[in-house]
Amino acid sequence: MEPIVEVKNLCVNYTRREKESFAAVDQVSFCLYPGEVLGIVGESGCGKSTVARALTRLIPAAQGGIFLDGRDITHVRGRKLKDVYKKMQMVFQFPAQSFDPGKTLGDSIAEPLKNMGAGQIGNLQFQVRQLLLLCGLTEDFAERYPHEVSGGQCQRAAIARALAPGPQILICDEATSALDVTIQRQIMGLLQSLKETQGLSLIFICHNLALVQEFCDRVLVMHQGKIIEEGTPDQVIFSPKTDDARRLAESAILAPAATYML
Amino acid sequence: MRRAYKNDAGISVRYQKVKKDHIRLRLGIFLALAMLLLLGALFARQLCPYDPNLQDYSNALQPPSLAHPFGTDRFGRDMLSRVIMGGQVSIFSTLILVAVITVFGTGVGVVCGYAGGLTDGVIMRICDVCLAFPGLVFALAVAALLGGGIQNAVIALAVVSWPKYARIARSQTLTLKNSDFIYASRLAGCRGWQIILRHILPNILGQIVVTAVLDMGTMMMELAGLSFLGLGAMPPTAEWGSMMSSGRSMIQTYPWVVITPGIGIFVSVAVFNLLGDTFRDYLDKKIA
Repeated sequence: MEPIVEVKNLCVNYTRREKESFAAVDQVSFCLYPGEVLGIVGESGCGKSTVARALTRLIPAAQGGIFLDGRDITHVRGRKLKDVYKKMQMVFQFPAQSFDPGKTLGDSIAEPLKNMGAGQIGNLQFQVRQLLLLCGLTEDFAERYPHEVSGGQCQRAAIARALAPGPQILICDEATSALDVTIQRQIMGLLQSLKETQGLSLIFICHNLALVQEFCDRVLVMHQGKIIEEGTPDQVIFSPKTDDARRLAESAILAPAATYML
Repeated sequence: MRRAYKNDAGISVRYQKVKKDHIRLRLGIFLALAMLLLLGALFARQLCPYDPNLQDYSNALQPPSLAHPFGTDRFGRDMLSRVIMGGQVSIFSTLILVAVITVFGTGVGVVCGYAGGLTDGVIMRICDVCLAFPGLVFALAVAALLGGGIQNAVIALAVVSWPKYARIARSQTLTLKNSDFIYASRLAGCRGWQIILRHILPNILGQIVVTAVLDMGTMMMELAGLSFLGLGAMPPTAEWGSMMSSGRSMIQTYPWVVITPGIGIFVSVAVFNLLGDTFRDYLDKKIA
């Protein structure tokens, strides 16, 4: 099967002060296959979010290539970048911060529809309502401001916005980490059902191994900017090959059904 | 998110409510006063009891009376009419000046902050140069170079004052630029100018407007100062600064010639400063 996203030798550098740079992401290569849920785990600062941001072109890649459907998107700009965002969208960690505080949720969700030409002005409001309903919110959320809704509701709206251009790939950058456990579960349920109904492929960045174990088909473990493990959740969690990955697995609280294996 | 007794800042809600109402009231009063000043300036010609430039030597240097509530100057011109007309010149020049520096400075600052790189470096160094000199001294130099006249005084002050706004707008833009919602709007397909217009400007406008209103007072003083030094409005145009300057030799003998335009400056600077202060309190998230 052809990968839908392919990342080859991706490097991202951050500059600390003058001219001193360090590699936040170092020679990372992986593939995402259609319909797959790919987990990326690792401790804070290991470069998970940087991978997500480089993948969506929010920060520039220093080296390497990013391929979407076989086309190189590492340096595309303008209209072509917009085409990339029609296929690939992202949900952020802190829902309230990912919305413009001065705009209603409806306005923010309508923005990709307007920019991507996905909706004519006439039925824009209709499409926004459909997206809200799809993500388990009621239509009146379109009129609310980000500070007027709860974290879980806001994250649902963020998912609605990400789905607006009709993407094939959804990158969830710690999308559930800022939510409490019951809401986490609801959001995971929503993502699971969206994955099936919308035919999404997901990149699921997370530090909660229990969620990854339950939800992902394949997992990458990152440490200090490098991928140190790759495999199914059970392989990575229960029989890690490297010490760093073992330390990560040992420090996690796992689902009770699986703990007997430890 | 309403807490029972205290908010995030630890201020009790009851106190907060009282304080908020108080600020609303103050804002209303100062807005009304500022509107009054603006209306006065707008209809100055209709409000003047006499022609402000009509000379009448038989009535020169009369103390305040019923016919001339602010007295007359050495040419016998009615001081009340001159103070009102002077208000028009002072207030409108200040308004134009503040509008120009706010729009220009904010535009430059936001673009610099968002674009970064070489543009940012070059323009910010120019700002540094402008900010390195004391404002009024630099303005004096520019005004002297351009020659007298109120337009030139406005231009001189604009040249000197815009970097402050560029700095504020730039720093605000930099803090917003790497926030998640700007990333999200990039993912939503917004281009650079759309992000600036739709997401950055509306979010920094509060801070900019507060600075602008607070600056009204300062700019009015500096314009009057330039006129006082002979680099602003030229006689016979009535302007508060130049009126004070032309009357300064008579401060002990005929004080009303100096004091009445002084009152004009004092009142309008005070009103605009208080309005700015109150507006800042009004926008302060901890209280409002």
